[in-house]
Amino acid sequence: MRFTVIDEGRASEIEACVDGDAVRLADAALREALGWELKPEGLCKGGLCVPVRDRAALVHGDGIDLTALAALLGRPLALDAAARTAYLGASAGERGAQLASGLAPDVTLPDRDGRPHALAGFRGKKVLLIAYASW
Amino acid sequence: MLYDELKDGGFLVVTVAIDKCADDARPWIEAAAPTHPSLIDTEHRFADLYGIVNVPTAIWIDEQGRFARPNHVAFGNDIFKELTGFDSAAYLDTVRAWVREGRGALTTEQVRAQQMRPSDAEQLARAEFGLAWHLHQRGEVAAAARHFARAGELSPDDFTIRRGSMPILGIDPMTSPEFLELYQEWTARGRPYYRPRS
Repeated sequence: MRFTVIDEGRASEIEACVDGDAVRLADAALREALGWELKPEGLCKGGLCVPVRDRAALVHGDGIDLTALAALLGRPLALDAAARTAYLGASAGERGAQLASGLAPDVTLPDRDGRPHALAGFRGKKVLLIAYASW
Repeated sequence: MLYDELKDGGFLVVTVAIDKCADDARPWIEAAAPTHPSLIDTEHRFADLYGIVNVPTAIWIDEQGRFARPNHVAFGNDIFKELTGFDSAAYLDTVRAWVREGRGALTTEQVRAQQMRPSDAEQLARAEFGLAWHLHQRGEVAAAARHFARAGELSPDDFTIRRGSMPILGIDPMTSPEFLELYQEWTARGRPYYRPRS
């Protein structure tokens, strides 16, 4: 059945098996939604492989377990099995390291007319960035 | 305005509204008639990357894209002076000194010492918020409300989550009992984050 996985804001519709709170993804779905691939040396993406110590927790007859995958990657997972949707966020370690590097992260955001602006495009100027809200 | 005064000196004010849609931020943007880039973070991508937990938050970024001063509370006027003790004129003087003379820029070590880095619970809260927002936009309002609530439990002092989800849920973020309760709870904890430093 169809399932929505959102990887830091990027949503993909994939095939998954849902049994209670367990969500299992086939290899192709894992690759499509998250870019990871299970290989003999571990879970791999690009040139990077994460060793899988507890293969039985990750790999099941009906696919790769999404909760075990998030745990292996150290990333937070918000899951609503009934709504067939999950959001895989960024880890505290990754965010903390990025901030501690001293480099302001780049992100592209729209203005009120929908035009995109990359923060990196403001390099060369001093920038006073102000976050506010209507609430 | 500060921007008009300083723009020829290689300075830019960039504002980011952390709101559920452009229409929420539009009246504020139009009232201020900005001549600066005025961006909108409906998906909380910026809030997540920069660890924004409340507003207003100011951040100084230098010409090389490095933090010259990490997240801090700053007001451009004295509307909340009585409440916060924040002196906007003195703050704007520090911005001028930074822009004109480079004074007040912190070293990377000092930046690190002042940064609040997120906890595992806070990052899980952002994931719960992302899930809730996606479900809400898809019309699954009841499921969304559960995940907004879960996000708030995980990160009780994050106003971008707790107060930011109120307008989405049809709750008034200024006068509702829900906001009053949040405000009292947060005040009892010593108003985390919201302590002006200058």
